[in-house]
Amino acid sequence: MASVPDTGFAAAENPFKRAFNAVPPAIWTLIVLIATWELLVELRNIPEFILPAPSVIVMEIITYWHRLWPNALVTLSEILFGFLCAVCIGVPLAVAIVYSRFMERGVYPLIVMSQTIPKVAIAPLLLTWFGYGMTPKIVIVILLSFFPIVINSVMGLKATTPEMLYLARSMGANGWEVFWKFRLPKALPSIFAGLKLATVLSVIGAIVAEFIGADKGLGYLILIAGANFDIARQFASIIMISVMGMLFFAALSRLERVAIPWREGGGLAGES
Amino acid sequence: MNAMPANDSLTTGLEAPGVLTPPHDPDAPGHVSIKGVNKIFRSRKGEVEALRAVDLDIKRGEFVSVLGPSGCGKSTLLMLLSGLLGRTSGDINVGGKEILKPNSDLGIVFQQDVLLEWRTALDNVLIQAELRKMDKKEALEKARALLRMVSLADFEDALPRELSGGMRQRVSICRALLHEPPLMLMDEPFGALDAMTRDQLQIDLLRLCSERDMTVFFITHSISEAIFLSDRVVVMTPRPGRIEQVFDIDLPRPRRLAMREDPKFLGYVHEITDIFKNLGVFREEY
Ligand SMILES: Nc1ncnc2c1ncn2[C@@H]1O[C@H](COP(=O)(O)OP(=O)(O)OP(=O)(O)O)[C@@H](O)[C@H]1O
Ligand SMILES: [Mg+2]
Repeated sequence: MASVPDTGFAAAENPFKRAFNAVPPAIWTLIVLIATWELLVELRNIPEFILPAPSVIVMEIITYWHRLWPNALVTLSEILFGFLCAVCIGVPLAVAIVYSRFMERGVYPLIVMSQTIPKVAIAPLLLTWFGYGMTPKIVIVILLSFFPIVINSVMGLKATTPEMLYLARSMGANGWEVFWKFRLPKALPSIFAGLKLATVLSVIGAIVAEFIGADKGLGYLILIAGANFDIARQFASIIMISVMGMLFFAALSRLERVAIPWREGGGLAGES
Repeated sequence: MNAMPANDSLTTGLEAPGVLTPPHDPDAPGHVSIKGVNKIFRSRKGEVEALRAVDLDIKRGEFVSVLGPSGCGKSTLLMLLSGLLGRTSGDINVGGKEILKPNSDLGIVFQQDVLLEWRTALDNVLIQAELRKMDKKEALEKARALLRMVSLADFEDALPRELSGGMRQRVSICRALLHEPPLMLMDEPFGALDAMTRDQLQIDLLRLCSERDMTVFFITHSISEAIFLSDRVVVMTPRPGRIEQVFDIDLPRPRRLAMREDPKFLGYVHEITDIFKNLGVFREEY
């Protein structure tokens, strides 16, 4: 499974090298970083309330799990629900923008312009409108993640070339068939690029919303731990969020590979 | 030789002696009749006159190539024939029916292969069947047979990105042929290919044509390709595109690559080259 082309030279069979190559390089980098961190804290005697060692953080996650887990579920449901709403609004809206001149000229520019508004600045406003429950968090998640979904979907749906449309019509395709058999499949890679960007933003949205006003969720835990100068607990919550975000992103990448089997790779950039 | 002014081309089809094509019947499927067609593109920047007073009759089963300098309106003429683009004035009839909306009773091959990258070679051919609601089993057999004919049997399940340019264009030709259209429109289908692949595809195309009674309207930039393939070669002027001359190509079929060295073949090449020189398309002094 060597990725380097076989040059024809017999490489010395080295079991250590083999084991090393079996692990992705990024994991090695991560291991080295964590080890350095651990060593640095040990050797320089950095106090725990400034920078806890990774081992301390791991212990904290284990002992604090009974609080971390239920709060993580709260944040996760905000993220997922908001993300799903953003998809359900964003993709159909993109379709409308591509198919309707009015939407393209009358609405799309406003959506693009609205992106200059820092969503975090609206968050307190949303709190006064929707209270302290789940709603304002979900709204912020939607506001943040909706934009890349719309933009990328519009881009993707417009990627159909004139030749493709001519071809479709010369084969007698109706509008419905043009959409399902030409435009949508052509747009999928770009739509997924938008969705992947949106996963990252939806995590940020949920945490920021919880910072501003919440009584549960990982953002809330971070805030409380910060107020108590409990750095290890803060790190524990941050790691929970990061792992959640990564799993969400990985799940979407997986879905992408299933939905777009004709493409190799993929990635954030959309069109390769 | 057989060169004649364009205005007479309407009648020459009738009078050409000893041709094997069926008698001149304007209502036969695949018969194309173009009369006094003009096309002006209007945009905010102004008007572009693309075609002026084009007259052309193509008999059922005839292979007609169109030669002309870049931008003279060849693709525009093809689009008008297919009904994908509206003409400014004039009449176009295909198979006795006036073209007023996109005509789907034909096959089109574009310069780019326009394969759908999410479909395998076979499924790219079969989209024709899906959209036309053809019988599935029958279409599958036909698609397989076509791919076999262009030596792509082993690549049925390959995705477009796994195919070479020539292979992709062959798939797109199969797609255009699947429903056995009476009329085939081809816009520089081999333009992007290397010379060897091009030779092979020309022969493949001629073989496919010989097996069915199909009218072919073929756009190309290559004088020798036009002569090699065609029953008639239409030479167009620079924009606004008019028909300068129509050549009857009196070479035996089946055509063989060696015929390209035939004195008669070279005679046609010289004649057509001279026309382009006179039109100012080629300038040799430097
Ligand atoms: N949609 C359009 N709008 C405005 N002008 C157009 C349009 N399509 C073509 N034209 C103009 O019409 C003329 C003929 O174009 P066309 O594409 O038919 O040329 P062509 O003979 O196919 O050229 P080539 O050999 O380079 O493909 C050109 O001058 C072009 O600028
Ligand atoms: Mg053209």
